[in-house]
Order: sequence, then C-alpha cells, then structure tokens
Amino acid sequence: MADIGPSGTGIMTSGSRPPVAVGVPSVPRPRRGLGPPGWVPLAYLAPGFLVYAAFLLYPLGRAVHLSLFDWDGLTLATFVGFGNYVDVVTDEKLRAAFGHALVLIVFFAGLPTVVGLALAAVLNRAKVRGLAFFRTVVFLPQVVAMVVVGVAWRRLYAPDGSVNDLLRAVGLGGLSRAWLGDTTLALPAVGVAGTWVQTGLVTVLLLAGMSRVPGDLYEAARLDGAGAVREFFAITLPSVRAELAVALTLTVIAALKTFDLIYVTTGGGPGDRTSVPSFEVYNRAFRLGEVGSAAAVGVTLTVLIFVINMAVARIGERGER
Amino acid sequence: MISRAERTANYAILTLFAAFALWPILTILGSALGPPDAGGPGGGLANFAAAWQEGRFGSSMLTSVAVSGFVVLTAGVLSLLTGYAFGTMRVPGSRVLFPLFLLGLMVPTEVIVVPLYFDLRSLGLTNTFWAIALPQVAQSLAFGTFWMRAYFRSRPIALIEAARLDGANSWRILWQVLVPPGRPAIVTMVVLTFMWTWNEFLIPLVMATDESLRTAPLGLTFFQGQHTSGFTLLAAGAVIVATPVVLVYLLLQRHFIRGMLDGAVRE
Repeated sequence: MADIGPSGTGIMTSGSRPPVAVGVPSVPRPRRGLGPPGWVPLAYLAPGFLVYAAFLLYPLGRAVHLSLFDWDGLTLATFVGFGNYVDVVTDEKLRAAFGHALVLIVFFAGLPTVVGLALAAVLNRAKVRGLAFFRTVVFLPQVVAMVVVGVAWRRLYAPDGSVNDLLRAVGLGGLSRAWLGDTTLALPAVGVAGTWVQTGLVTVLLLAGMSRVPGDLYEAARLDGAGAVREFFAITLPSVRAELAVALTLTVIAALKTFDLIYVTTGGGPGDRTSVPSFEVYNRAFRLGEVGSAAAVGVTLTVLIFVINMAVARIGERGER
Repeated sequence: MISRAERTANYAILTLFAAFALWPILTILGSALGPPDAGGPGGGLANFAAAWQEGRFGSSMLTSVAVSGFVVLTAGVLSLLTGYAFGTMRVPGSRVLFPLFLLGLMVPTEVIVVPLYFDLRSLGLTNTFWAIALPQVAQSLAFGTFWMRAYFRSRPIALIEAARLDGANSWRILWQVLVPPGRPAIVTMVVLTFMWTWNEFLIPLVMATDESLRTAPLGLTFFQGQHTSGFTLLAAGAVIVATPVVLVYLLLQRHFIRGMLDGAVRE
C-alpha cells in the first residue's frame, strides 16, 4: 500500500487540526433520537469526543493498521499481515523485552503488595502517632516525575553513590559495583526504583480499605485470643480484596508501561539487558526505523493491559459477592 | 492490647520505611545544596540559579506551564461537558460511547504516540505546541469524563428537576446549579491532570525537536546528557523540575490521594 498517510483513511475535517476520523473505529453513530432529547446531550458530548477521537481513538486504530506493515517511516510500506506479531513471539530481543517486563512486575507489583500489606496492617492496628506524616512521605514518590526519579536512582546506584556507601558502611563493601552497568543486576536495580515508587500507593490504598473494617470485628477476634498474625489472615486480608485488586491492576500496568525510568537510568542497557516493551516501541519507531514492528509491540502491550484490567476486575467482583 | 514491645517494633518499621521513601529525595536535595561541581565558591541555593541558567530551565519550565495550563483548562472544560451529558442525560448510543471513553484509561501512550508522530509529520504538525498538548487533552479526557460523570450522577435528580421547573436551560443548570458545589471533584480532576501533564515525558520527547518546545522533564534529560561533570547542578535541575507538582501535592494532598485511589476503583 502506497499511502500510509492519514488522508487515505478517515474523514478529514477542515482547519488546522489533524485528521478527525468520525466513526472510526467501530463507533456507530446513533441512528435514532436526533430530536430534542437526543441532540442536546450530543452537543455537550461533541467537542470532547472530537478531540478524543482524533487524538486517541484514531491513533489507536492507526496503530493497529500500521502494525500490519513493514515500514521504515519514510519509503513505501509493505503489507506483512501478522508478521510483526509473529515477531513479538519469535524475535529474541522482543521476547527478552517482555521477559524483562515480567521481572519488573515482580518489583513494581509483587514486592509493593507484600510490603504494603504488612505496613498497612501495622499502621491500622497500632494507631501510631504521626500517621499523616507517614502517609504524606510514602505517597510522595507517586507525584515526582519519573524522569526525576530516574535521575535520583542513577545517582544512588553510581559507583560512588549512596547504595555502595551503605554497603561499605555495613561491611559488605565487596558487593559494591556500578549497579546499572551490571549485566545481571541492572534490571533488578531498576526494579527496586519501581518498588520505591509503588509501595506508597499500595500502602495508602490498603490502609484506606483496612480503616473501613469495623473495629468490633478485631475486638471479637482478640477476645477469642487471636494474635496479630491470625487477626491479619482471618479479618484484615479478606476485607481488602477489592483494594488489593485495584493495587495490583495499577502497579502491574505501571510495570508494563515503564519507559521514562529506563530511558533515564539505563537506556535499555547494558546491551539489551533492561530493554522493556515500551522502550522497544520507542526504539524501533524512532531510532531503528521499524515502525510496523513498533506498532505491533504497542498494540500487544495495549491488549495485555486490557486483559489484565478485565481479569483483575473479575476477581474483584467475585470478591464482593 | 498492644504490648510495648510491639509498639516499639511498629515505630521501628515505620521509621525504616519513611527513611526508604525519603532517601532518594534527600539525596537529591542534599546534592543540590552541596558544593558546586567545579569546586570553588558558590554552592547552596546559588546552585539553583546556576542550574536554571545552564540547563535553560527558564524556557522549558515556561513551556511546561503553557502546556499544562492549556491541557488542564481544555480537558477540564471538555470533561465537564462530556461528564454532564453522560451523568445527567440520556445520551443516544451511550452504551457504546461511554466505554469508548473508559478505553482511554487503559490505552498506553506508547501505542498512540507512534501513529500520531507519523500522521502529524505528514501534516507538518510535529514540533508544535499542539502536537504536545492535544494528545494529552485526549488522554486527560478519558479520566475527566469518567470522573465528572461520577460526580454529576451523585447529584440528586430533584435538584436538576427543580432548576428545570424554574425555567433554567441545561447550560445554566450546569454552570449555576451543578458546578459550584462540585468544586472538590473538579479540584481533584485539575490537580491530577496537572500532575500527569507536567510529568509527561514520552509525548514531548517524540514531538518536540525544537529546544524552545522542550518541557521541563525533557529539558532535564538533555541537561543530564550534557552535564556529565558532577551531580550538583543536575540534582538542582531535578529539584526544579519536581518542585511545582510536589508543592501542589503538599498543599492539596487529599485530592491527589483520593483521586488516584477512587479513580482507580472503576465500576
């Protein structure tokens, strides 16, 4: 196909705006109700929907379209069908990137969930002072730009950074190294930065859930002689199922979407040891000139995120019944 | 009852994690206030002025303010309108249209930025303010529509009915009856949109080739690339970039936490 530009698809609107695809993809225009009850709400909806369709829905459709081509971004594109998707499964580099994303999920979602559960349980049970301060502090990493987080952790992991200082101080100086340049440890090192970012979110979320558990439940358990551990598994954990589902969704998706952090800390290196799908999308589209492949990775990522969302929502629903 | 030993242990755990959370932040702050990279006089607060100059943060912070301001305002107003329609009216085709908006909550930037770049390029629109701002308006609309719809649905129908009986049209009902008491919900939407836009990296990275269009996070990565001798100025730059959102967070903390937690709990 020669024309990969936007003019071939969708309906153009006039003006300086990029193409606005009305009714793309699979947005049926309402057929009925264009009378008084119908046009008023549509008029309120129209401006937002046009921007949304042009800059989100249309590009999403175009990504699917592009993913079926072999295209370097400049010359003619060649239709390759699902070839780019076959690559996602067979190409060593892409498989490695998705594998790295799995490792990041452990650090972005797994660890924060375990730590967050413990922290929230402690905070909820102990009625400690300074809770507001603690919440402010642990949530803070969520609002700091990922680029800044990357700059900070790069510094911590530097050969003369404070991670190595700390190791030397406790007599483990032998373990010190340039963490982000280490072929096996660079990925977990980036992962720990993710743990740092996500733990606060998970803790605050679970804490909100736990504070809704009626206090007499705990009192009854204590009268029965239950200790802190039994109390946790019998009462606390089951009552925060919905919050756990939300926490897992948010953190797993954050792990899959890690781009800024990789870009700033390792640039995918050393070698390709920390390349992740998001980074591959950028790399392929804007550095290697493999636009079709980049789009296929992006679409795969989107489908993954979609499936995880749906799956976790299901689990959350079942928990409520 | 909680024993004294348990209480001490609890405080120890909390202190440990507060320290873990603060460690990178304090490292950055400490470095930013440390001695200058080249040695000699200066250091302390003067580092910020030096970083501002050398990293050209004047320009990138201004771009960030402009982009964030535009996205927050445009997406905010448009979300009020879409949320109002979905929340209080019978929208034809809403069973398809509303899930389409929700879809945007899940679509990663990575997947839309590739076609956006090449399509906007063929229109000669990359490397413009609009190429950076409008995709983010669209992304913010997904959350804004969801969030404002939830607010409008929570308003009592009787309120709207009464205003209608008084002869108010839908436009007046929106701005005079429903928006004023909705300030908390709107503030939450505004601060979250501001945070997301200010911190966004991939879209400006791909779209802005001109130095004058670099946003603050993008400017910081360029500064990181150029400024390789010492960490003091880079740390000062990082503090500059992070400060606006952190300040808003410290002032309006509840809104951040509530929005990010409730916003995640979808129907």
